[in-house]
Amino acid sequence: MTLGLYPGCSLKGSSREYAESVITVAKAFNINLEEIKDWNCCGATAAHNMNKELSLALPARILSLAEKQGLKEIVVPCAACYSRLTMTKYELAKDPELKAAVTDANGLEYTGSVNVLNIIQMLDKYITPNLDGRVIKPFDHRVACYYGCLLVRPHEILKFDREEDPQSMDVLMLKAGATPIDWAFKTECCGAGLSVSRTSSVGRLSGKIIGDAKDRGAEAVIVACPMCHSNLDMRRDAINSYLGEKIDIPVLYITQAIGLALDLDRKALGLQRHFVKVTV
Amino acid sequence: MSKIGVFVCHCGENISATVDCAKVAETVGNYDGVAFSVDYTYMCSDPGQNLIKSAIKEKGLTGVVVASCSPRMHEPTFRKACAEAGLNPFMCEMANLREHCSWVHDKGEATTEKAIDLVRILVEKVKYNHSLNDIKVPVTKTALVIGGGIAGIQASLDIANTGHKVILIEKDPSIGGHMSQLSETFPTLDCSQCILTPRMVEVAQHPNITLYTYAELESLEGFIGNFKAKIRKKSKSLDEKLCTGCGLCTTKCPVKKIPSEFNEGLGKRTAIYVPFPQAIPNKPVIDRINCTYYIKGKCKVCEIVCPTKAIRFDQEDEIVEAEVGAIVISTGFTVKQPDFFPEYGYGKYPDVITGLQFERLASASGPTLGEIRRPSDGKVPEKIVFLACAGSRDPAKGIPYCSKICCMYIAKHAMLYQHKVHGGKSYVFYMDIRAGGKMYEEFVRRAIEDDGVNYVRGRVSRIYEKNGKLIVSGADTLLNAMPVEIEADMVVLATAGVANEGAEELAQKLHISYDPYKFFAEAHPKLKPVETNTAGIFLAGACQAPRDIPESVAMASGAAVKVAGLFSQDELTREPIIAVVNRQAAPVYSSCVGCFLCVSACPYQAIEKEEIKNRNGEVIKSMAKVNPGLCQGCGTCVAFCRTKSIDIQGYTHEQMYTEVMALLNEY
Repeated sequence: MTLGLYPGCSLKGSSREYAESVITVAKAFNINLEEIKDWNCCGATAAHNMNKELSLALPARILSLAEKQGLKEIVVPCAACYSRLTMTKYELAKDPELKAAVTDANGLEYTGSVNVLNIIQMLDKYITPNLDGRVIKPFDHRVACYYGCLLVRPHEILKFDREEDPQSMDVLMLKAGATPIDWAFKTECCGAGLSVSRTSSVGRLSGKIIGDAKDRGAEAVIVACPMCHSNLDMRRDAINSYLGEKIDIPVLYITQAIGLALDLDRKALGLQRHFVKVTV
Repeated sequence: MSKIGVFVCHCGENISATVDCAKVAETVGNYDGVAFSVDYTYMCSDPGQNLIKSAIKEKGLTGVVVASCSPRMHEPTFRKACAEAGLNPFMCEMANLREHCSWVHDKGEATTEKAIDLVRILVEKVKYNHSLNDIKVPVTKTALVIGGGIAGIQASLDIANTGHKVILIEKDPSIGGHMSQLSETFPTLDCSQCILTPRMVEVAQHPNITLYTYAELESLEGFIGNFKAKIRKKSKSLDEKLCTGCGLCTTKCPVKKIPSEFNEGLGKRTAIYVPFPQAIPNKPVIDRINCTYYIKGKCKVCEIVCPTKAIRFDQEDEIVEAEVGAIVISTGFTVKQPDFFPEYGYGKYPDVITGLQFERLASASGPTLGEIRRPSDGKVPEKIVFLACAGSRDPAKGIPYCSKICCMYIAKHAMLYQHKVHGGKSYVFYMDIRAGGKMYEEFVRRAIEDDGVNYVRGRVSRIYEKNGKLIVSGADTLLNAMPVEIEADMVVLATAGVANEGAEELAQKLHISYDPYKFFAEAHPKLKPVETNTAGIFLAGACQAPRDIPESVAMASGAAVKVAGLFSQDELTREPIIAVVNRQAAPVYSSCVGCFLCVSACPYQAIEKEEIKNRNGEVIKSMAKVNPGLCQGCGTCVAFCRTKSIDIQGYTHEQMYTEVMALLNEY
């Protein structure tokens, strides 16, 4: 079967390994991910701070292109892209005038018919039901599932999981043979875009997350967002200097962890690309 | 030929600022049937009323239209004035020039034109008015009080002390309500049970009060002065006459680990139980959901040990029917539980408790005998954090209102903690301190200044457990939103006070309205705080909104006075605005064809079948008949009637049609 794929900027750059692992896992279940042709930026956090119409027009164009390409359902692995696309669908569905304005600006028809899945929803819908007998090397580790902010918020719009104490990744990891730990920082802020402008703040904020995961005996942190990953992984030096100790717990995308449980090739899952060496 | 008088009121400037009152009076004065018209500053004043009275007498008026405020304000005033001048009061109508016109429009020609239209409509209607007479109904001088907390207790005692009978029903096995669970009360720190239990005993001993505990309202029919209530007395599995309250059964019951409702789950009780030592009545009930006999069919230890053989396993619920004249609802409130708060752990930390649970910990009759010990391991907490506004004033949680009692009870809790745990540290996170009440602000200052409670202005974003401590993570907004983290041993959430589960259902049973939060609605937020929109049903205490003890008691006494006022009359007077089925001369008798659609449509069961018989006793016509005592004048039957045979007196089809035509036809 074929699903659409909207990679967004991260999956083409700093988090190539996320894209690689998503595609590899999908392929293992005979799912072909077809990239949306001529896709553009989702607007991320910048657009909706500047101009509401623009912040909706950008994702709307992506959804229009998917419609044009005949895609009924698309996977959006990046939590920020997923948030923007879902938000756009919501806003345009409730305001026909806005929808007309956006359609006009893009010069592309938009019906809102494309179903948008985040990575957890995609795994739940197409991978988990077929998991029986496929978990060859159970991911037998204590894992801290870290959801961050965008994957589950705002609940009124995303209607996905519980916003303060989400469970969906924990359930998935349990199926992959892991032992999810009960911890307090599942949705704490990782520092997000301060990664670039104020690395020391990220060291402090992400430090609390990594510190608590370590204190509770996690052997790996599992994420589903490129931003979370870069802060927890790439900024590990800043984290370690904030905590005053060297913590080498690796941070894996959920698709990488599941890929390992399926005994897929480590390189195909992009595990070599992390700053903190993946030893699990 | 009608002789109608029109009286246009300026209402000071309320009407005259935007409506040209003189022009209204002048224009309307030229209409057919209008014999007199005048404008005046205050029609409701004595001189204004005298103007109406003398016009009726001097001009021989047959109808009156007062063009002033809403009939909700002054209709009784003007109708009474008409009656005093010898005109049937129902020949007087009001055109609402204030709420419906002057207040909502700008000054101008169009506004005055609209005012003239409004008056013309009523002038035309009055031409079809008929004299009507008030309906008299008898009053049953017994009150039903629903809910035996402090409000219900106070209302019952006050009514009973005026010499009238009271039936008090309480859903739990004992009266006392939340107040019986409290440790000390603010702002005096006197023991709650010490001041409550004498009242409870008084209820039990009062010759005018019939007390049904473990009982709920099943259904209610009727109207003010004449309600018929069905009360379900839930089976206690006990012959109360034989039971001496010796308590042997409760000590021998083998099921001992049921979380006690009275102790808010912090203590345990048995399956046959008395909720607390001072319970009224002090006789046990069997909790059938947890009793081994009802689950497995054997045990019966209580029956074996009972010295008076009072246990009745096969006892069934009993329905008691009671006729009552008035009802006081005092069903109280409940608090949100910690599992409502995901950010505070969804209730998974045993040492994050509610304010009501803290009351039990601080109470001498509680599970720790008044020592502050945390639920998880029984340790005395060295550091305790209180969170005000847990849920309250939080639109995102659907509770935008202030729960009102929390600021005070949190100050009390922190104070009690400091008194009992010397050297302990207590913190209060708050948004604002709302201590409006006699000696309230002084009480809070005492907590801060004398007892050294640390007040932190800010909200808590998260509570999590780490190394056996509860990390309370928040912000201090007086220090420029500086993040604050406190490692606490116990956290008390002042969770929002909310309406009882089932409040909506009860309101529907009673035909009273409720607000968006399911609190029962008062008839007027300022001037009718204890009345409901249903005549004869009154409110007391926290079922109407979060209330503290003094307010609940004051409200209960207020409701009791309303009931006593009602019972001071032998008959009630009701407006004759009721439905009537038309009657005509034989052989037609009525245009009613006897389909009885109206019978099923009537929400008050006020319509019955009437049979007209000839001299041989044979039925020659079946038709509907409205019982004037039961009809509330809602008009549902009028809409249902296929042959237009039913009219509401004072609002007939003819009158409605005339009003519409008066509006459509330019004069």
